[in-house]
Amino acid sequence: MMDTGEHIEPHKNIASIEEADAGLESVGYIASRRISTALYIAHHLRKPILVEGPAGVGKTELAKSVASWLMLPLIRMQCYEGLDEAKALYEWKYGKQLLYTQILRDKVGSVIGESDDLRSAIEKLHSFGDVFFSKRFLEPRPLLRALEQPHGAVLLIDEVDKSDQEFEAFLLEILSDYQVTIPEIGSVMAVVPPIVFLTSNSTRDLGDALKRRCLHLHIGFPDEKLEARIIGSRVPGIDTRLLTQLVSFVQQLRVLDLKKLPSVSESIDWARVLVLMHTAVLTEETVRDTLNVLLKFESDIDAAGKRIAELTRKSQQAVA
Amino acid sequence: MPLHPFPLPQETCAPASEPLRRFLQVARGAGLRISAAEGIDAARAVDLVGYSDRAVLRDTLGAVLAKTLDEKVLYEETFDRYFQRQEFSRSDPEPSSNASATRDVAQGIGSEGGQALADLLETDDPTDLAMAMETAAREAGVQNIRYFTQKNLYVLNILNRMGLRAVQEQIDALESEGTAEATERALRLEAAVERLWDAGRDFVERALLLYARGETEQLRERLLRSARLSNLRQHDLERMRVLVRRIAKRLATRYARVQRRRQRGHLDIRHTLRRNMGWGGIPFLTAWKHKRIEKPRVMVLCDVSGSVAWVSQFLLMFVYSLTEVLADIRSFAYSDSLIEVSETFEQQPFEEAIARVASSMGFGSSNYGSALADFERGWVKDVTNKTTVIILGDARGNGTDPRTDIFERLSKRAKRVIWLNPEFRSSWGTGDSDIYRYAPYCSLVRVCSTLNDLERVIGDLLERP
Repeated sequence: MMDTGEHIEPHKNIASIEEADAGLESVGYIASRRISTALYIAHHLRKPILVEGPAGVGKTELAKSVASWLMLPLIRMQCYEGLDEAKALYEWKYGKQLLYTQILRDKVGSVIGESDDLRSAIEKLHSFGDVFFSKRFLEPRPLLRALEQPHGAVLLIDEVDKSDQEFEAFLLEILSDYQVTIPEIGSVMAVVPPIVFLTSNSTRDLGDALKRRCLHLHIGFPDEKLEARIIGSRVPGIDTRLLTQLVSFVQQLRVLDLKKLPSVSESIDWARVLVLMHTAVLTEETVRDTLNVLLKFESDIDAAGKRIAELTRKSQQAVA
Repeated sequence: MPLHPFPLPQETCAPASEPLRRFLQVARGAGLRISAAEGIDAARAVDLVGYSDRAVLRDTLGAVLAKTLDEKVLYEETFDRYFQRQEFSRSDPEPSSNASATRDVAQGIGSEGGQALADLLETDDPTDLAMAMETAAREAGVQNIRYFTQKNLYVLNILNRMGLRAVQEQIDALESEGTAEATERALRLEAAVERLWDAGRDFVERALLLYARGETEQLRERLLRSARLSNLRQHDLERMRVLVRRIAKRLATRYARVQRRRQRGHLDIRHTLRRNMGWGGIPFLTAWKHKRIEKPRVMVLCDVSGSVAWVSQFLLMFVYSLTEVLADIRSFAYSDSLIEVSETFEQQPFEEAIARVASSMGFGSSNYGSALADFERGWVKDVTNKTTVIILGDARGNGTDPRTDIFERLSKRAKRVIWLNPEFRSSWGTGDSDIYRYAPYCSLVRVCSTLNDLERVIGDLLERP
């Protein structure tokens, strides 16, 4: 499971779905079967994965864990409306160019001074090549950095649904061939194609072309068994009885009509809080005190408040 | 700059296997939009994981073929239905003792076929029988089945190919033999044949659901779209709702883009200078002038009396599905008076809201004059020069005063007024129809009685905000 990576050879180090499963677990991410399968396929077909799901179920965490497992650098790009090529791909270091021009003004003057007329002066300048448009003055942004990594990387494009249509079209170009063209320098092709994750909160429909280009993975709320494993992995040392109780409670909470259902990150936080408070067993009072860790809206807390007694009782029965 | 090309993934040249191709056909028929590229990806993915583990296959194809939540649900349903048949296994089948028998049965070659079928029926191995049926069905061309009336035909065809006739003869022969043993065997065979008929019918019915579904769905959809809304029955309502939602979504995605146009022709000097102060004002980064195109604000007035009520329902359903592209939707219901129903629709689920509105309005006959007067009294102050007013009604006032003066004032205030009339154009102006008295003040008067009409109207509305 150690990745050394080679320069030219593409990675073939996810040999099976089980290996992906075990690998992710080794870094603390409990993946469902679907996730490991998607990762395996994406790796071998060399396609990006579009991960959709409610907030807090582990979409970003997945990318981080994959990077950690395969020991590849994680390059993260957060999308927002108005994100354009300059901020995503590359930018010239204008300040540096300007500064160098000023400092070297004398030098430039002396070089040109040797020539007699305008034409030879320009020829002279040309002969220096595009000095001020070389790699030194190029500021690579996340996408270009991902392509330049010598051993490959994990590229996380977060909340791609917040960007606009033009940006999607631009992304499509990169995700198809893993190469970009910088007019002044030439084509940059990825040494090792990065593993690309796109996350979306489904605030708007993504363009068809982008969707067709990617594999689609939906991560929903986990079932009881999986959630117990996840919390067990993230909150080591938690008492099993408490774990069963709190998982049962959260699962029941998700059935109610709430504005924002508690997701996995919230249940992990709650587990941590309970452990900090040295809770042995879930009681109504404890729940009332800590409910604001799970639910983030006043209206939800009120709505759930009426049902706390009933839900606590049921979760206590789940252990017994 | 490292420019080493990495070796491209080996394009698998193996053709997509038969079961996969048929599954794609079925999936497309069920409504999943699968492009050719995705079909190729599916083939490659399946080559990677194989057919052996059904759960893995399900997840794999799901990742490749279903790209939205709705599609995923549809996909899972289709997958489960298609792969219900147990014989489905692509790995080289071990030559079982009955393999040759099933092959012969499938070919249904005369008496040998009959013998083979009889053997199969006696051993009663469901897998082998299923395999034989599957092969015979394929030869009979069951994937071409279109109508439920063809069911019995196909069943007979399939069973005959399996050698049914010969088995019948054998049963007759056994019965005429007379011995107890032979009679018993004959009875057993008969019972097995009964079961075979049932299995055959079941099989063909499943095939009908799978293969014919696509065609019938499209036909049904086309019918619903062009049907007069007033002719619809209660049970079509659910399907109509789905259709309306789909159309609304399509319109929304198309027109959401249009509204973010920026007028990139003019350089915004001030903004540019401010941005480039760090570099002494040299315009490395340019800023352009924006032209804000606002979403249309809509006020919808719906007649809820008589047959027009149906159309109103669908119009409202439409309009409320478009909250993404319409800025401000306010809706009103009228018959002989007018009330605002925006809150009712925003807060309650659709069916309840409609019922509530219907009960509170009563079933009075239309009186446009008084309805307009109510509107002017209560809400005309909210009509601005950015508002689009849509009125849905047949303009039949039962002889009451049409109050075109109110209407004239309204049309001057608003950006534009659109009148949608569910009646046939030939009925306009006849009897108590006042439509031509209101028409001069409207920017658009349209016949609107089917879903297609609604779509067109709303599309036009969005295109020219």
